[in-house]
Amino acid sequence: MLFELREVGLDRAGRAVLDSFSAGIPEGSTAIVGPSGAGKSTLLRLLNRLADPDRGEIDYRGRPLDTYEPLALRQEVALVPQLPALLEGTVESNLRYAAELAGEPLAVEETLARAGLAPDFADRDVTRLSVGEQQRAMLARALAQRPAVLLLDEPTSALDHAARDRIEAALAELRREQEISIVLVSHDPEQARRLGDQVLEMP
Amino acid sequence: MSTSIHVELWQVAASLVLVALAAAISRWQRADLERDIVVATARSIVQLTLVGYAIKLIFDVDSIWLVVALLAVMVLFGAITARHRAAKVPRSFGPLLIALALAGASTLGLVVALGIFDPTPRYLVPVGGMVIGNAMTASAVALNRLGDEMGDARARIEATLALGATAREAAAPTVRRALRSGMIALVDSTKTTGLIFFPGTMVGMLLAGASPTDAVRLQLILLYTLLGSVSISALVATLLAYRHFFTPAAQLREPETASPR
Repeated sequence: MLFELREVGLDRAGRAVLDSFSAGIPEGSTAIVGPSGAGKSTLLRLLNRLADPDRGEIDYRGRPLDTYEPLALRQEVALVPQLPALLEGTVESNLRYAAELAGEPLAVEETLARAGLAPDFADRDVTRLSVGEQQRAMLARALAQRPAVLLLDEPTSALDHAARDRIEAALAELRREQEISIVLVSHDPEQARRLGDQVLEMP
Repeated sequence: MSTSIHVELWQVAASLVLVALAAAISRWQRADLERDIVVATARSIVQLTLVGYAIKLIFDVDSIWLVVALLAVMVLFGAITARHRAAKVPRSFGPLLIALALAGASTLGLVVALGIFDPTPRYLVPVGGMVIGNAMTASAVALNRLGDEMGDARARIEATLALGATAREAAAPTVRRALRSGMIALVDSTKTTGLIFFPGTMVGMLLAGASPTDAVRLQLILLYTLLGSVSISALVATLLAYRHFFTPAAQLREPETASPR
């Protein structure tokens, strides 16, 4: 098992966002679906320790998640948030920042290609990208760290069909490479079936 | 600089005509500030009179410890006042208190150590008041900006944390902007000093009959001292306060759990 969650609960502002949630997430590609407010985004943030649960336990590769050093864990288990949030500068400077943090060599063109971006995006200022292009730049930035697991929070929710198809094509390609496990949150059951080896439903 | 000037009470009373003018304008244009103007005027009379007697006492006793005690009280009240401007920063009082104390102690210590001023109440009380007052404004502005920016930049900061950046790295652009806004007002007013406004100390010395050369030199010293003081206070306040937005595991605290106080 990649992740094992047992009776996980988390409160925000006195309300349980997640309550007694148990599930196993295997290697490969897993899509998590559920109604809005089910705690899907929160679940992803727990998996790379952007937040810690108030109750219950999470294991990553058989070891309690809270025994992993959070900064190193986040480079191994990369999260791409729902809305793009790049740093000021060019696409390449964003990739470089991420690669240097992880101590990984950076092959700019190859990384852009894996996220479905043409090589000429490297020099583009991030403020001049469409939301779909920013989202793919976020994906490229995560890939620049050569993570073992990719957590994707509704990666296409803010996009039109054409932009969604380009992201999905990039993800399908990553799936075929089989070097990386993907945990994807989606509100769209069709997309979950297209991209997941297995689909996990949240109540 | 042993000039002296005597101001009669009727002169002060006569200047209240301008306060009446301000209140009249407010009433006429319905700016709704009459009450504030009256309160402000009354407070200025009471507070400055009390401080005047306190300073006279401190000058008469001529004890360095009394000066230190007075400056410590200023630091305390400065931190309490600045805290209200920094309402979005969790637990801002500690960083502000340390920032003001460090800014006051280091700049005053330096000007005394360099032999610019003698360590006597006559210098330390007024200069200390200016140093701490400006440090308070700078750190309050810096933390006010920090609180706003940490809210606005939440998504970007968390996305940077998700790359395995430390809290400090993720907050760096925000901290930089906060520090800048704390320092910029004094940098700008130093640029335009003498052109757009005459600083108070220089005006006071000229009115008191000092030579323009002395007045200008003293004013320059004070401006540079204040530059040092606002940089230190804005820096210390932001560097201590940004940490309060993060947990030890480099997680962004939820705004509702990071209740402002």
